[in-house]
Amino acid sequence: MSRPLSGVVARMLRLRSGGVGLVLVLVVVLTAFVGPFVAPHSSTAFVGMAFAHPSPRYPFGTDVLGRDTLSRVLSGGWRILVMSMVATVLGVSTGAMFGITAGYSKGVTDDAIMRTADVLMAFPQLILALLFISLIGPKLWLVTVLVGAIHAPQVARVFRGATLRVAAEDFVRHAESLGIATWRIVLREILPNVTTPLMVELGLRLAYSVTLIAGLSFLGFGVQPPTADWGSMINENRIGLMASPWPVLIPILLIALMTIGMNLLTDDLARLMQGRGRRADTAPLDDAPSAAGPEMMVTGGALR
Amino acid sequence: MRRLIARRLLFGLLTLFLVSVVIFAATEILPGNAARAVLGRDATQAALTAMEKKLHLDRPLTTQYALWLGGVLTGNPGTSLVNGENVMAEVMPRVKNSLTLLVLAGVFGLPLSVLAGILAASRPGGVFDNGVSVTALGLAATPEFVVGLLTIIVFATSVFRWLPPVSLVAPGSSVFARPEILVLPVLTLVLVIFPYLFRMIRGSMVEILQSDYVEMARLKGVSSTRIIFVHALPNAVAPSIQVMALTFAYLAGGVVLVEYVFAYPGIGQSLVYAIFARDVPVIQFEVVLLSAFYVGLNILADVATVLVTPKLRAGAWQTP
Repeated sequence: MSRPLSGVVARMLRLRSGGVGLVLVLVVVLTAFVGPFVAPHSSTAFVGMAFAHPSPRYPFGTDVLGRDTLSRVLSGGWRILVMSMVATVLGVSTGAMFGITAGYSKGVTDDAIMRTADVLMAFPQLILALLFISLIGPKLWLVTVLVGAIHAPQVARVFRGATLRVAAEDFVRHAESLGIATWRIVLREILPNVTTPLMVELGLRLAYSVTLIAGLSFLGFGVQPPTADWGSMINENRIGLMASPWPVLIPILLIALMTIGMNLLTDDLARLMQGRGRRADTAPLDDAPSAAGPEMMVTGGALR
Repeated sequence: MRRLIARRLLFGLLTLFLVSVVIFAATEILPGNAARAVLGRDATQAALTAMEKKLHLDRPLTTQYALWLGGVLTGNPGTSLVNGENVMAEVMPRVKNSLTLLVLAGVFGLPLSVLAGILAASRPGGVFDNGVSVTALGLAATPEFVVGLLTIIVFATSVFRWLPPVSLVAPGSSVFARPEILVLPVLTLVLVIFPYLFRMIRGSMVEILQSDYVEMARLKGVSSTRIIFVHALPNAVAPSIQVMALTFAYLAGGVVLVEYVFAYPGIGQSLVYAIFARDVPVIQFEVVLLSAFYVGLNILADVATVLVTPKLRAGAWQTP
């Protein structure tokens, strides 16, 4: 390896990874939310032969039923993203609530909450989610709630750790000695000091939500045809991969750009907040439990 | 140490018991009578009653649960509602196929990640390290079914046409009858597990190579190959065992998607089809098996942690 090459790589890495992540996320979010209004054709109209090659009129060709790929891509993202956001907020807020309660109340409440979280985390979550979906049916609210439920115990663990550290601080002790109500202490003293893990969890969990929801939708347990959806598009069009890769390639690229971008953005954000934060040891994820699954290790700081 | 491990095993068994209760309760409480599902809408009341008796649906729920659990434990989990075959005979070949995938992924994935981790750690910040680290970051953030589909697009359909895009196997024949169908699913699983193992090995190797005892060995004139493989690697691998076990446990879910991508005849693909067909006995049994795999590897990970951590080996650990 020659020197100039390594110089180029080094310069590329000096680009802030968070900036790259932000751009990726914005591209996907704009595609998903502005897309439905600018789609050139109806997402469900049959406009030509199946798996036609790209042409000026249909830039990415047509899909399995001869519908315009571009229009379906533009219309098929917002449901996945909205579901992912709702699932993330649901999971992180529930997890944070239980985690802070456990970390601040200690004793029996702590034990009860954390042992329950342990048991929930010992379940193979995706498999159980599939079980419930198989019984109740592929309802969008059900998928959203299940994904949120997958997040909650893992988030609770992170917040319990963060709360334990903040609760040992002098300013919290002082507030306690003044006899300030517990809910006030939690809201005014604890919560403002766990914003770093909050942001990191929201970011990472959003990426994981997209992975899960798009995956379930790919399996056929999400948005049902003929509605356009990135997950189900992949499934219905993969039989035509030999003829035309575009109806599969564009949705999977958008999903991957979203999850990669969100990870880069969160990684960088965590580092920034850690550097600026008042205490280095409230670092996010430093007590992320290994049992939380490999997806937690995404913030390994490989771009440091 | 024994007590720690015993407690962990007990917790694992308790979890499995709870999983079995959840699976059974969920499938039984929800609407839809299994007897009607077998016989169809036009079944006569007499036939329904007979079938309910055969499926033990006339007994109380707890008895049904005991009968079902007993069946699962003795290798007789019932008959498929779809084709009336024995569930065990249906599922077992698929379990073998899935394990084949996982073992091959391990055989290729583990040495690859360890080697890449060592190379990266021997020159941290170098071209190789940066390149592989960025790749690993990207791979870790990419959903596994996307990785699988990309390998199909690149190696099977659109860029090159070297390999079959789907892993079709004639019923009753072994996956090894056409070994080429294994390549892409195994490659996908290797790419899925690589980032975690690579990063773990790289991280611990970097730390160890900066330690005093390695410095000492260097000053003594020990060759760098010997330092890496004899002095450093064993200490880097020990903490990684836990990550390895957890990564494979994670695949209990991941393999469902990857098998579905390749139409690979494993337990994951079978589970998805059983869910579409609402084949309750098959769903129950496969979920139990995947859960046992997941819980088992989680226990293994924790036991490994106890064994390689001197403080825990002495039994000074509090929370399970």
